[in-house]
Amino acid sequence: MFNKKRGYIDLSNAKKNQAALDSEGNFSCPSCSAWISEAQKIQNNDFCPRCSYHFAVSAWERIHAICDENSFEEWDANVSSVNPLEFPGYEEKLAKAQEETGLIEGIVTGRGSIGGFDVVIGAMDSRFMMGSMGSVVGEKICHAMEKAIQYSLPCIIFCCSGGARMQEGMFSLIQMAKTSAAVGRLHEAGLLYISILTHPTTGGVTASFASLADIIIAETGALIGFTGPRVIQQTTGQILPPGFQRSEYLIKHGMVDLVQPRVEVRSLLIRLLNVHQGGNHG
Amino acid sequence: MAKNKFEFEAPYLLLESKLDELRKLSVQLNTDFSAEIANIEKRLDQMREERYQHLTPWEQVLLARDVDRPTTKDYIKLLCSDFIELHGDRLYGDDPAIIGGIGIIDGRAVTVVGHQKGRDTKENINNNFGMPRPEGYRKAHRLLLEAEKFGRPVLTFINTPGADPGMGAEERGQAWAISEMLLCLSSLRVPVVSVVTGEGGSGGALALSVADRIIMLSNTVFSVASPETCASILLRDSKRADEMAASLKINAKSLYDMGIVDEVIEEPPRQYLLESTAFVQTLENSIKRHLDELCSLDVSELVELRYRRFRKIGKFNE
Repeated sequence: MFNKKRGYIDLSNAKKNQAALDSEGNFSCPSCSAWISEAQKIQNNDFCPRCSYHFAVSAWERIHAICDENSFEEWDANVSSVNPLEFPGYEEKLAKAQEETGLIEGIVTGRGSIGGFDVVIGAMDSRFMMGSMGSVVGEKICHAMEKAIQYSLPCIIFCCSGGARMQEGMFSLIQMAKTSAAVGRLHEAGLLYISILTHPTTGGVTASFASLADIIIAETGALIGFTGPRVIQQTTGQILPPGFQRSEYLIKHGMVDLVQPRVEVRSLLIRLLNVHQGGNHG
Repeated sequence: MAKNKFEFEAPYLLLESKLDELRKLSVQLNTDFSAEIANIEKRLDQMREERYQHLTPWEQVLLARDVDRPTTKDYIKLLCSDFIELHGDRLYGDDPAIIGGIGIIDGRAVTVVGHQKGRDTKENINNNFGMPRPEGYRKAHRLLLEAEKFGRPVLTFINTPGADPGMGAEERGQAWAISEMLLCLSSLRVPVVSVVTGEGGSGGALALSVADRIIMLSNTVFSVASPETCASILLRDSKRADEMAASLKINAKSLYDMGIVDEVIEEPPRQYLLESTAFVQTLENSIKRHLDELCSLDVSELVELRYRRFRKIGKFNE
């Protein structure tokens, strides 16, 4: 941490927001350590003006940014976790996550429209117990995919996850099989499935529904992989090259279709949905 | 004592060594103790078997990882009357951590795929301790599609600490290789039976376990992550893995009660795994019975039932 250069942002643009700056406080970018204010972060669409680091956004922020105004209708809003293994401390962790995020679980699913195209959409929330997949996340994804088949709609999932939720043990591991099987049904029904891998997408989520889409979009700078970099280093002692497991690395190795900055994801989705609809030919 | 890997076995090993002494003594003194020795041996077996009924979850983890456990190759030799191993993923390489091929079981052609751990250090280094790399999963994937093409049922053997956590595996798409296996198995149009013969470690094990029937041997485990990993993440202390093994409910009996596995086959003490004809016979009969049942189903019904089998797993409030 000592040889890391601390960068400073030119604050001239932000001068007029000085009041907001003072009241909301400054913080440093987790990627390049530049000092940023909350106001600047919002002004800049939630990424660092210096290094383009994409700050985490909540599931609802994601849905509002992607869907046409007032088009989203939430499904399974009240499906909530239980403690199937009576795992010590799990209820407390769930309650804390619910309080901190205002969410009941780590994913929001439903139906909405994007540029006028009707879609089934799901967005995971990394703030809810690291976006881990337990029974509820698995169930909501499967149910959303089954409804996509019922209504013959494309399915779009925004992924971010630390992996399986350990507190649910094998119930959580099996969600990988369950969601992958649901993707299989989407494919059989000939429906379009797009996954957007955002920072971070790792473990059981990457190794199941996230990597099984027709089109996989990685958000700029996102960490995407099966084993997280810390565990790789600890278990193998390997020194990881800079940029390892980042979106740009993955597209180079042929794992994703496109790398896009967050602000361009909506317009890209509209273009993809349009082409998949067959265009306007006679 | 090198053989004493399992603390709970210490008293029995001690008794065994005393019996050896007694045998030597009997020669030296030219006195026949054979009746007494046989008696104690019988009692010893009883004691050991009784102890095996009351193993703690952590002791079962140790047994599941026992390097002397029969491997996939041993089970194939035992169950298949003819087996031809097939190699390679046609893309990059041939991963020795997963083996596969075709053979005959009970007069029926089958495809067999399984994790392959080594029996000693040299073999384990070669087999990467049974931790598959993407090419292992892609070899399995290729063999599954081949099984489907020829209408052969699939038998898989599960015994891995997990998928390889190295840089090369990531570079070649470990997550993609595993998810493709989950997708492929979940809609494969031939019967799939899985037997957990040791460690069922995380996604790397699940990749071969999306089956119509999952059989677990009684002292094997299947876990979302190793107890050590869970302890280090959740308790910040990997030494409390034994606690985690209990909390995670990863042993065969718990998973049967949770409806995740379909059958548990009682194992004899670890020394007698392949020697016990009763155990081998039970395993063989169970596999044959499941294959008979599954092969009699209509293909679309088989696939639908497999979908529902996994679809219903999960606990939540609505």
